[in-house]
Amino acid sequence: MSFEIVTTSFRAKVRRRSLPGLALACGAITAISACYVCLMGLAVMFNDRWIVSGVLSLGQLLVGMLPLACGCYLAVRASGRSARQILFAAAVAGTLAGGGLVALLLLGETTALRTIFVNASPALRKFLSFGLGPGLASLVLCSGAALLALSGAALCLARKRLRSALVAGFGTCLSVGLLQDLLRIFLDGEGLPKALREHLFDWQGLTWFAAIEFFAAAFLLRWIWPQLSQRLDTVAARRGSGFRRALRWGLIVASIAFVLLLPVLGGAFLGQVMMLVALFILMGLGLNIEVGLAGLLDLGFVAFFAIGAYVVALTTANSEFAVAALPFWLALPLAAIVAAAAGLLFGLPVLRVRGDYLAVATLGLGEIVRLLVISDTLKPLIGGAQGILGVPKPTLAGMTLASPSHLVYLSLAACLLVAYCAWRLQGSRIGRAWIALREDEDAAQALGLNLVGIKLLAYGLGAAFAGIAGGIFATMVGSVFPHSFQLIISINVLALIILGGLGSIPGVIVGALALVGMPELLREFGEFRFLFYGLVLVIMMRFRAEGLWPSRASRRSSAILEEPG
Amino acid sequence: MSEHDAHAAAGDRAAAMLQLQELSKSFGGLRALDCLTLSVRRGDIHSLIGPNGAGKTCVFNCTMGQYRPDSGTILFEGLRIEGLAPDRVALAGITRTYQNIRLFRNMTAQENVMVGYHTRLRSGLWDTLLATPRFRREEAEAQTKARQLLDLVGLSGRGHLPARALAYGEQRRLEIARALAAGPRLLLLDEPAAGMNPAESDRLMTLIGRIRDERELTIILIEHEMRLVMGISDRISVLDRGRLLAEGLPQEIRRDERVIAAYLGTGPAAQRLAAQDRREY
Repeated sequence: MSFEIVTTSFRAKVRRRSLPGLALACGAITAISACYVCLMGLAVMFNDRWIVSGVLSLGQLLVGMLPLACGCYLAVRASGRSARQILFAAAVAGTLAGGGLVALLLLGETTALRTIFVNASPALRKFLSFGLGPGLASLVLCSGAALLALSGAALCLARKRLRSALVAGFGTCLSVGLLQDLLRIFLDGEGLPKALREHLFDWQGLTWFAAIEFFAAAFLLRWIWPQLSQRLDTVAARRGSGFRRALRWGLIVASIAFVLLLPVLGGAFLGQVMMLVALFILMGLGLNIEVGLAGLLDLGFVAFFAIGAYVVALTTANSEFAVAALPFWLALPLAAIVAAAAGLLFGLPVLRVRGDYLAVATLGLGEIVRLLVISDTLKPLIGGAQGILGVPKPTLAGMTLASPSHLVYLSLAACLLVAYCAWRLQGSRIGRAWIALREDEDAAQALGLNLVGIKLLAYGLGAAFAGIAGGIFATMVGSVFPHSFQLIISINVLALIILGGLGSIPGVIVGALALVGMPELLREFGEFRFLFYGLVLVIMMRFRAEGLWPSRASRRSSAILEEPG
Repeated sequence: MSEHDAHAAAGDRAAAMLQLQELSKSFGGLRALDCLTLSVRRGDIHSLIGPNGAGKTCVFNCTMGQYRPDSGTILFEGLRIEGLAPDRVALAGITRTYQNIRLFRNMTAQENVMVGYHTRLRSGLWDTLLATPRFRREEAEAQTKARQLLDLVGLSGRGHLPARALAYGEQRRLEIARALAAGPRLLLLDEPAAGMNPAESDRLMTLIGRIRDERELTIILIEHEMRLVMGISDRISVLDRGRLLAEGLPQEIRRDERVIAAYLGTGPAAQRLAAQDRREY
């Protein structure tokens, strides 16, 4: 008998620590992180920013989240042990974490920490001691942290229904508290009673009674949600599939209407943020074709954005550098075409370059474009570092789209068009060829796929989408400068499509909202924005590498298969 | 040896599907193929056997255009194809499978086959964006064909699964379906039965025979398990260190002293084993 080959999959075994060891390790790590957050100045800086007015500040939240997360982690890692053991371990870890802060506090009292850590200020001392004496403050810190860790562990041990209801409640409170500036804009709008606004927010933040109301509402809704959705299902089942379809379309129309109304209701600031998000969605959709579908890593993507912007500027601006005076509506397609041509040129030299080398090559190409634009050689043509001024706003039917909230609609329309194209391509012969190229270039070629054509099409289309974004950017800002087109934009776009889920169109939108929209709305994070940005990316890649909204292309193709007819 | 070669070359040229003439390929100092001359008749299942490192897969890589041979020519249906890019070779009518499975792992089984069907569709960018009738027709056609091919290789109802989720034997069969989708006249199968149990590989060989008969293909098969090779092959070529050691009908190869020596060595123990082996057959 021939010998059988047994394919065995080896599962990496997670080393099981003893529970006390785990508790001590978690506690120590939490203590270090908490001290880090304090010494970096995060805690004090955000202490002025109230989530719930007078009750909970962002700084406290930030430090408090650490023992809470520590408790959760413990409960997850030690699953299988008795609840009492886990809770005890969490309390120990929490106390240890609090002990770390106590140590920091006492160290600050006795030594001149500030000579090394600028942020070990009296304000930090006040933050940590709650204005109490050292002894009492130590007690409060330790027990507080232990309590938080305990509740974290208890939360993870609780039944799923209770847990999700609690998470929904707290999550809602936090989101409302964090996004209060935005919500105020809406509440300031016409037709809303002043009393409502005063009920929800005082001048610092969410009022405590409003916080309780929000919590209760979200908690209850999530609590009864299983029954509610079940009832909806039975109703839908009774009414037949037409009803379900109507419901779905109703939801879609309502959300589109909501998005369309946002800039009107939210005013100029929100319009600007939406505009920025839309531009990044456009670029994300372009890069998604290159990286997400065709697997061609591109770190020079900003070059196409720049080319689109310069084409619109050069052909429409009221400036000495202008080469034509086209209307915007002609200049924008032209920007797309020129960018696509640049994409092809870009693609040609790197056709045979693969993987990491491709990333470096495209990085170089992107820098070449930026340096060309800023160079003195081309200064007489495109203005060098001074850029091009006087890019006019587009006019439509005699109306000038001057304000951000007008231009938002332009970029949303462009997004919709581009998303449609990307969606059509994804499920087609061309999209399949791109994905095959990503999965195994050699095998794809040996099936007769012309790699040159497929790669160049990916580069060209991706570049065209970025060109459109660049064109809109030029008219939005009204001027074009070389330093608007830094490498960081390429990296941002790449990060947002990875965060959203490579190869997924909704993923691009979610990623742009999360990485571009949220930081704009959470301006107070200021200089620490990139710290959180990086943190979020690392955590995402560790725990959800497939992205926030992973690609569903495979599921869709099977749905087509199963459709009757 | 030379007499043998002359005989092969003098055979009916029109009947030769693939001819390798004095093909050589070296990697550094290692001569993977050493003046290899080989002819495959149209409609045959032609097996390549030989010890590890004999150059069998290298023959496939050179034929497919994935390696460029150092010297020598490859004629496919009388046309020279050596040095052509793999996609051109595939268009000419040759596709292959791989020893270490190379599916598009994250695509579904059906999509894998549809990629194989790519070159037989014509709709371009505008057809796709505007969803023209041609696009819809071709898409439906590709789906139907893919489903038929999946049925053929025994993967009915598995089309919606990602390729990586399929069982090992299923993946091997999916690779065959994908290769068939491109519409080849010559199919190169590189150890299609590797890692299968005896029952599975028996079924696979039946399938290979059926594909050849139904689709009027020529198949070159690299396979290690003698039981299968002897059962299915019309002709067998034995390679050793990049050279053709012997060629002939299965029963001729089985008795060939040189083949036995290459496989088993020439010591007395090997002789005894070989004798025993002959008795069993």
